[in-house]
Amino acid sequence: MTVVQSTSSTTNKVLPHPLNAWYVAGWDHEVTRKPMSRRIANRPVALYRTEDGQVVALADACWHRLAPLSMGKTVGKDGIQCPYHGIVYNSAGRCVSMPAQETINPSATVPSFPIVERYRYVWIWMGDPTLADPDLVPDMHWADDPGWAGDGKVIHAPCNYQLVLDNLMDLTHEEFVHEGSIGNDALSQAGFEVTHTSTTVTLSRWMTDIEAPPVWAGYLRERFPDYRGNVDRWQIITFEAPSTICLDVGVAKAGTGAPEGDRSQGVNGYVLNTVTPETERSSHYFWAFMRNFKLDSQRVTTQTREGVSRIFAQDEEMLVAQQAAIDANPDYEFYNLNIDSGGMWVRRILESMLAAEGRLAASA
Amino acid sequence: MAATNIETWQSATVVEKIPVADGIARIVLIPSLPLKAEPGSHVDLMVEINGEQAKRSYSVVESNHDGTRLVISVMRAPLSRGGSIFMHGLVAGQQLEITQPLQNFPLRVGAQRYILLAGGIGVTAVANMAAVLKRLKADYTLVYVGRSRSAMAYLAELSELHGERLEVHVDDEGSSLKVPELVGRADADTELYMCGPIRLMDAVRRTWVERELDLPNLRYETFGNSGWYDPEEFIVRVPKLDLEVRVPQGRSMLEALEDAGAEMMFDCRKGECGLCEVRITELSGAIDHRDVFYSERQQRLGTKMNCCVSRAVTSATGARSDTNHAGPAVITIGVS
Ligand SMILES: Cc1cc2nc3c(=O)[nH]c(=O)nc-3n(C[C@H](O)[C@H](O)[C@H](O)COP(=O)(O)OP(=O)(O)OC[C@H]3O[C@@H](n4cnc5c(N)ncnc54)[C@H](O)[C@@H]3O)c2cc1C
Ligand code: FES
Ligand code: FES
Ligand SMILES: [Fe+2]
Repeated sequence: MTVVQSTSSTTNKVLPHPLNAWYVAGWDHEVTRKPMSRRIANRPVALYRTEDGQVVALADACWHRLAPLSMGKTVGKDGIQCPYHGIVYNSAGRCVSMPAQETINPSATVPSFPIVERYRYVWIWMGDPTLADPDLVPDMHWADDPGWAGDGKVIHAPCNYQLVLDNLMDLTHEEFVHEGSIGNDALSQAGFEVTHTSTTVTLSRWMTDIEAPPVWAGYLRERFPDYRGNVDRWQIITFEAPSTICLDVGVAKAGTGAPEGDRSQGVNGYVLNTVTPETERSSHYFWAFMRNFKLDSQRVTTQTREGVSRIFAQDEEMLVAQQAAIDANPDYEFYNLNIDSGGMWVRRILESMLAAEGRLAASA
Repeated sequence: MAATNIETWQSATVVEKIPVADGIARIVLIPSLPLKAEPGSHVDLMVEINGEQAKRSYSVVESNHDGTRLVISVMRAPLSRGGSIFMHGLVAGQQLEITQPLQNFPLRVGAQRYILLAGGIGVTAVANMAAVLKRLKADYTLVYVGRSRSAMAYLAELSELHGERLEVHVDDEGSSLKVPELVGRADADTELYMCGPIRLMDAVRRTWVERELDLPNLRYETFGNSGWYDPEEFIVRVPKLDLEVRVPQGRSMLEALEDAGAEMMFDCRKGECGLCEVRITELSGAIDHRDVFYSERQQRLGTKMNCCVSRAVTSATGARSDTNHAGPAVITIGVS
């Protein structure tokens, strides 16, 4: 995939989603032997585990009369039984028994979707299965790396997935949306630098010798209880196509060399975000906060998870309101600010993926 | 996959027609509403037979990634009612009514091992699968069987693309396929995809069951037109409707009954769903079961048949080998 520099990016307000990509279908603990349903990229999917623990994803509509398989039950080693007339499908989506007949109609199948379980997430490929290369799963290794501790949740966000990406690519909003927790005016005053490749966008912002915002002052005290001075703060945002954004965030005692690479006098967190389109106007937003300090403290895990959860509830409130305003003002366009450059590179990459799938024109 | 099999009709332009084997033509189509053709898919299209429109299906042998160019290959059927003859008469520039690609024979990505078995023209349904498996670096063998090399389409191209993974069996070279040996190579992690004459597919299916392999791992496409015997004319009686109908060699029993005004139930018209089943109350002759809906046990019982594909023949040894058979077969049926 190449990004053609000369194309002008659209400010399409409801961006379609690429299909040839891995999206998170759920946290690993969400998918169990009991089937569940989740709409992903506009298609209802039934998810369950086989007896061996392998995750299975089938279209959530029976071949016969389209009853949702997720309302059925798992049977045998890897099967699922339709709750209506009892057709049984195996993990490949093939019918293995039909009611009241000795043979099986060869066309009785439901689509099955490729799955990879990695970094505590279940990843699904909704597009052309012949292109589903596990090496393309975005890097979120901090979620299960022993050097990091933490936890996360999933938010059902009633907005187009791209609005969530926009939110994360521009953290100047912290000053306004998250005032009093992670935001302060040092943010909008600091400059930032954007770089990109054909599948990633990185935005870095350093704020040196500033007063630590309340949340970060608290984290720093977990490690250095007596420190009260200024900090050097960083936010390094990395987007990986189509919808994963990992924020490398932290603070260190001011002047101890963090901008030059020595973070030993600081605390570091990774905010892992990956957004799965549900419909054109809703998303499953999976996030986690991982940290490299107080690794064995469940108290800190719970406190940071719940703290971030409260912060993200503020984002959610804004995103819901934004989507409603977009829908209520169909004749108005988006305009861009200089702070949108990270988000605009994300759009370019998504647009080139959509163009490769021949789906760019299908936008609303 | 009901939802992905909605027929969307469109026009298509024939841009090329060339012979690729004895009696087989390769036809390149440019559809007006292109859609990517997945491996195993086919298109339905309208042919003209004696001034009347009829529907025929052809597997997509090749397509480019956005489906703007579809290749099919048509064998001139030996006892054709006219569909394949019409297809062979096409010339570049002509327009056809065709559906977007339909899928009844999906390839599953991710099996540990694959055997693809093509018998004769059945190669059209598996050629595209083999190409995808090669691209995926999957473990596969393509087994291609035919009567003679000159009648086997795409032999050179397949051999170039698949090298050692292609295994060829040719009857008139004495290298016929041994079905038990082939099925013997399959284990619990092998999926076998096949398309070919019903005799070949029946033999594979029987061996597959004998070896207690999982039936869902045996995938096949029925072209819905071959039987154990050549089609013969026969008589069908329906006392309930006070009908006696002659079923000519070139028509199915379902069509003949419809022609005579009987209101028949059906869906697939290719022997898969069992909706056209009729009860057999009397029979002089034998039944040529051409469906895949009944198990062998049910076919042997001989109490019911699927009239969209199955036929009556004079004797169980087949008309050809029984030169002085007496009159057409007569079958009496009960309908719903
Ligand atoms: C999913 C699918 C994919 C297919 N793909 C291909 C393909 O790629 N290439 C290809 O060449 N064909 C393919 N076919 C078969 C094709 O659709 C036609 O059936 C074939 O071209 C013969 O049509 P016809 O009108 O010439 O012959 P038909 O009159 O249909 O005769 C064909 C054969 O059917 C038998 N027959 C004759 N009359 C009857 C009758 N009344 N009832 C039942 N059987 C009868 C005879 O044995 C005869 O040899 C496919 C079929 C299906 C269902
Ligand atoms: S709807 Fe599933 S078996 Fe009928
Ligand atoms: S109509 Fe489906 S088997 Fe005859
Ligand atoms: Fe935020």
